[in-house]
Formats: sequence, structure tokens, C-alpha cells
Amino acid sequence: MSEPHHHDHTEPPSDLVLRVKALESLLVEKGLVDPAAIDQLVEAYETRIGPRNGARVVARAWKDASFKTWLLDDATAAIASLGFGGKQGEHMRAVENTPTVHNLVVCTLCSCYPWPVLGLPPVWYKSAPYRARAVADSRGVLKEFGTELADNVEIRVWDSTAELRYLVLPERPTGTDDWNEEALALLVTRNSMIGVEKAVTPRGIHERRA
Amino acid sequence: MNGAHDLGGQHGFGPVNAEPESQEPVFHADWEKRVFGLVRVLGSLGMWNGDMSRHARERQYPVDYLRHSYYENWLAGLEKLLVEKGLVTEAELASGKSAGPAAENLCSRVLKVKDVAKALEGTPAMMPVNTPPRFQLGDRVRARNNHPAGHTREPRYVRGRIGVVCGHHGGHIFPDQNAVGNRVARHLYTVRFEARELWGEGADPRCTVHVDLWEDYLEPAK
Repeated sequence: MSEPHHHDHTEPPSDLVLRVKALESLLVEKGLVDPAAIDQLVEAYETRIGPRNGARVVARAWKDASFKTWLLDDATAAIASLGFGGKQGEHMRAVENTPTVHNLVVCTLCSCYPWPVLGLPPVWYKSAPYRARAVADSRGVLKEFGTELADNVEIRVWDSTAELRYLVLPERPTGTDDWNEEALALLVTRNSMIGVEKAVTPRGIHERRA
Repeated sequence: MNGAHDLGGQHGFGPVNAEPESQEPVFHADWEKRVFGLVRVLGSLGMWNGDMSRHARERQYPVDYLRHSYYENWLAGLEKLLVEKGLVTEAELASGKSAGPAAENLCSRVLKVKDVAKALEGTPAMMPVNTPPRFQLGDRVRARNNHPAGHTREPRYVRGRIGVVCGHHGGHIFPDQNAVGNRVARHLYTVRFEARELWGEGADPRCTVHVDLWEDYLEPAK
């Protein structure tokens, strides 16, 4: 790349940055890429397609027993009824946490993840340590996230090796009986829908705000 | 293939070291955004499918796969496919200089801003299969001890291990064949394995691992 760069910092751009820029300009020059389409795709995942969508699904399931039944029976259709669907969410499955069952989702072979409800996966989900250990040392991985389960709690790990995409339905925290869906959704973290953490408690949300 | 990507049960990678959820951006650098977008935009040309993309990342030299960050692996896979499918030449990739425009039929399929909404839509992997399912819910099955040199979605850690069929999902496109351009369907199942069956007596007795496996990966177990 010969074009000048303007940076606020003094470090020169890395080889990687240059390589990506060179590739994009080459493909634009060949007529294979419209950079504005890339901007739009990136913006969609930065602003619209993310874990707040999944949180709405979970909050609805907590509040509406018939929706929960539908979600556990046909997650793709139930999720679509709230307006979420699309790439990497074509075949959804929801798995429910209970006082005696805890679910954990991984993709040991790559990074499969339910984009329409959770957005793009965090770095740790795609990393070697998580992919290596989620299936073989599940309890140890959960501890690293601060999730200590009683010994009698069964752990069910879901390795996303096909095109099914898994969403964990976390347990509804106690003390939220009179909460509306909007308030409940604030308790639903991305990590709780992957299964590495539990949903935030009312006390937890209070502490976060403080 | 028994590549570096097949990570289940590997040792030595250390703790997960997750970035706090509230502080993690969707992308960590602008170049990651461009790589993500390039992969999506070029994928929509229809010159390759998702299994070919995965396989292109897996085919890297194993040390590179493990050393690279996630989007570096995407970039490496993309560059490989661009050359293999004849969209760019090695010389163009090395020099960054175009030797001429792409073929007209390709240019007419380039993803434009108005097509982005459509590109966010899904492409179902379900596909009719004209044979009855070989396995029923509750069947004990053994994951075959296959070691194909090509793409496969049967992780090494289940091969030779016995589990129980706990889900049947009808026909789904079979990745091993799809990765080489044969779009065929096979029955897809979810198989539940006890952690002790996978990892030995020292494993967690109250842990099960569920893996989605195509019929070709399975055989009946006594």
C-alpha cells in the first residue's frame, strides 16, 4: 500500500492492517466489493443484532408460560414471532436451566453461535481455552466465570457441531414476580444465554447501577 | 481432517480470561470489521458455501491456526478461497494490484447496500432426505472412528465413544460432502454422551455433552 495514512498515534500501521486494506482495495478495483455494503453489514451487528434481542426472548419466556412452552418446543418459530431470525439462527433450539440442570453452549470446531439473538460471539467464546475446556472441564470453566454450581446440579454441554444454534434459557431470579418484561430483560446477560453465568439478580442489578 | 481447529479436550491453553461482558466491543479493531464484511460480501457471490469457508480456515498450517487471532483465520481462509476459486491470482494478492476487472457475471452479483437486508436473512440447512432414519430416540450409538482427510464435523473427542440419541432433526446438508461441492442431505441427530464415557473415570459424573452428528458418523452400539 502506497497511500498515506493519518493516525493520531505514532505507531505505524501493522502488517495486518495494511494487508486487509490492500485486499479490500484490490477487490474494489476488480469490481467484486462495494465498501458501503461492508459498512452496512458491520453497522447491523454493532447496533441491531446483539444480545438485547435474546434478552427480550428470555424475558418473554419468563413472563409468559405459553411462550416458554413454544420456545422450548420450536425455538425458531417462537423467536421469529418477536421479529428475530436470519443468518446463523435458521435452526434454533432453546435449553432450559432449572435448579438441578445447568446448560452450557460451545462450538469446539469453530465459533458457531446464534447471531440473531446474541450477535457476534465474544473473543473468549472463539478462543482455544474455552473451546478446549467447555466440553472436558465444564465445571472448571464455569468457576472461572464465577459460577459455582452445587455438586448435585447436572451440567449439560451443547457442542454446536451442526447448523442448530443453542440459546440457554436462564433461571428467572427470585423476587421478580411483579416485574414487567422490560425490567426482566435487564437481568438477562449475554453470558447467561451462553450458559457461563446465571442471570443477574435484582440485588445484582441494583449494585451495578450504584 | 484432524486439524488444529478440533480443540475439544486439548490441554495447555490455560484459563479462559474473558473480557468483562459490559466492556467488550463487537469488534476490537477496524481491520476486523473489514475482514468480517469482506467474508460476508464475497460469500454472497455464491462461489463457495459455509463448509468450504470453514474448511479453508482449517486447512491452514496448524501452528498458524493456533497462533492467529480469530479474524486473522477468517482472512487467511478468505485469501485461500479467492485464489482457489479464481477470483484473484496469487500475483494480485501479493502485489495488491489488479490485473484486470473480474468477470462480468461475477460483478453483476456483487452485494450492494440495497441487498444487505437480504444478506442478513438465513439460508436453512434442512434438506429432504429420501431414506428413513436409521436411528430412533433412545438408541445407543457409537460415533464412528473416522479420520477423513477432508472437512468433517465429527469432533475427534467423540470418535469411538458411545452415546444415546436424544434428538432427530430430519435431513440436513452433510458438511463432509458440501465442503467439496456435493449438496446432499443426511439425517441429523443430537447424541448425548456421558462425560465419563468421553474423558474417563476421573470425569464429572454429573456432566453430559450433547453433540449434533449426521447419520454417516454413527453406527449402532450394543
